[in-house]
Amino acid sequence: MSPKEPGEFDEVTPGTDDDATGLMPENTLPVEPGALEPEVIDVRTGMFGVHGSGDTSGYAGIVRPVVMPSGTPKPYGGWFDEVADAFESALATDGFTSVIEKVVVHRGEITFFVRRADLLQAVQTLRDDPALRFEFCSGVSGVHYPGDEGRELHAVYHLLSMTHNRRIRLEVTCPDGDPHVPSVVAVYPTADWHERETYDFFGIIFDGHPALTRIQMPDDWPGHPQRKDYPLGGIPVEYKGATIPPPDTRRSYS
Amino acid sequence: MSTHAQSDPYAQGAETSSGKIFTVTGQDWDTVVGGAEEGDERIIVNMGPQHPSTHGVLRLILELDGETVTEARAGIGYLHTGIEKNMEFRSWTQGVTFCTRMDYLSPFYNEAAYVLGVERLLDIEDDVPEKAQVMRVLLMELNRISSHLVAIATGGMEIGALTVMTVGFRERELVLDLFELITGLRMNHAFIRPGGVSQDLPPGALDEIRDFIVLMKKRLPEYAALCNENPIFKARLEGVGHLDLAGCLALGLTGPVLRSTGYAWDLRKTQPYCGYEDYDFEVATWDTADSYGRFRIRLEEMWQSLKIVEQCADRLAGLEGAPVMVGDKKIAWPSQLAIGADGMGNSLDHIRHIMGESMEALIHHFKLVTEGFRVPAGQAYVAVESPRGELAAHVVSDGGTRPFRAHFRDPSFTNLQATSVMAEGGMVADVIVAIASLDPVMGGVDR
Repeated sequence: MSPKEPGEFDEVTPGTDDDATGLMPENTLPVEPGALEPEVIDVRTGMFGVHGSGDTSGYAGIVRPVVMPSGTPKPYGGWFDEVADAFESALATDGFTSVIEKVVVHRGEITFFVRRADLLQAVQTLRDDPALRFEFCSGVSGVHYPGDEGRELHAVYHLLSMTHNRRIRLEVTCPDGDPHVPSVVAVYPTADWHERETYDFFGIIFDGHPALTRIQMPDDWPGHPQRKDYPLGGIPVEYKGATIPPPDTRRSYS
Repeated sequence: MSTHAQSDPYAQGAETSSGKIFTVTGQDWDTVVGGAEEGDERIIVNMGPQHPSTHGVLRLILELDGETVTEARAGIGYLHTGIEKNMEFRSWTQGVTFCTRMDYLSPFYNEAAYVLGVERLLDIEDDVPEKAQVMRVLLMELNRISSHLVAIATGGMEIGALTVMTVGFRERELVLDLFELITGLRMNHAFIRPGGVSQDLPPGALDEIRDFIVLMKKRLPEYAALCNENPIFKARLEGVGHLDLAGCLALGLTGPVLRSTGYAWDLRKTQPYCGYEDYDFEVATWDTADSYGRFRIRLEEMWQSLKIVEQCADRLAGLEGAPVMVGDKKIAWPSQLAIGADGMGNSLDHIRHIMGESMEALIHHFKLVTEGFRVPAGQAYVAVESPRGELAAHVVSDGGTRPFRAHFRDPSFTNLQATSVMAEGGMVADVIVAIASLDPVMGGVDR
């Protein structure tokens, strides 16, 4: 094949759709290296979950990190890429960059970790952009990872697009010392009770919620019961003379 | 009847900044009305948390102007039992025993949502045997019938249609008998387990199911004949509890309430699970977006469920002896129990095997039953179409033998948020009808 003369090339303006640089995968914005690191939520030592007693097993030297699925590099596969690209470009159009901290694709579900400060913009975009149309919020669920330093509390949102029949998950983290997350009630009114429940059980304060009060526990209840540092409680049960300890003090295997 | 808090031993110290407190205990309406007429018409009524028309322990705080509701608030939490927290301290299999107790009118849906989540984390979704999936669908659809029967029965009772209540519970009993035959229990079955179901179909169950289908085909038209064109029934339900599609989506309402706006959103069709794509059924809709429409949808859905049950029975007839638990012995429950003459489960063959023949089998049994299996770290969200709407489980694992977190998105909880928009501006009598059309089950709301 003979080399082309300069005049034979199609004329392209850099930065437009015809600019070939956007089509090449190596020219997409680099993923932050931290986003692909696996999330270590805890480090366990020894064999079983019992701690504080002397080592009689000989397995005390075992050290195991507890690792959640790590960030996924592009392409994510299927419609995940469509949603991720539409989400990113819609945010960029509104002048928001680096809203998405990382993306995890695991077991056929996609999770967007969103920067806490930009949550409201993210859900607004997800609900209103015609290519996204996540018009239905299934609710908010809290998860407490006491070993995940600086990101102990996670608020997890499950969004559903009935228009496109897709589900995604949004995850926002906040530290135990500053348990504030913006409320999404203005965008999804259904989150009202869900946020109250998450506040009740995890102590995450949803800033901007119309009336953030306890919903399941009594108003004067101390503490937030579903945090990992809150004991299950219970009473020892006696059966035929032997005593069975409450579940949270029994031997566990995890 | 008392006009001051101090004479009420149960409400001591209930000081109010303005107005009088009336504690109504019955037979004393004259004094209440007389007292109310003294001042303005605006009164605040605390309805519940124990009230026959609130579907359990729901507390309604109604501000009334005469008979018109100006403000309605729902207070919940009276039935909170900490099931989600408890599940974090039991093995993955034991979790089923807890979550089945949440929404006690639709236990199989709680189990199914949770188990499908666990199976997704285990990555064994495609390995669950066909017979287990068919049995799950069979039980879920029978459960939809029994749940809708209670919804219609209690809804009828609350507006004074007591016959609807008696016939509704009469038919529900037939479904519970089938549950007892198949699972051993009428409620709280813990029958759907990660990897399949806990037991095979007992002998004679298919005949009982077929008899039930025949009987229900005779009985279901009774509801239509009794209610559909009944002028009193229609007058109480039509136009009450109106909520359009935009309102449903904003407030997150699903199930019959969403379908009563005419939008045919049913997860069994749109995001099939357990092989629902293989069954022939229609999604019932109505276009009035009111309580009457929701009643008609529930009636129609019972017919559709019956149709699915029929298809399940046909498929199960061809699956005799097929496995009902996943083949992976690291996950499957080690023994297949049989229900004895005394109604208790046992498996003599299995006991002979582990106690007399194989030490390894005994160790394996012990490890799997006490410690349980490990589930790879990650999270899953699986939604099923319960009789009340989208029931979903958000299951998080840290790689251990117990759930790190299990959260349930219960449709009753979410749907109950619509109390205010449905009740405000209407009559106080319509509050009951509107809430009944949501069909909230407080065990699911409070968990």
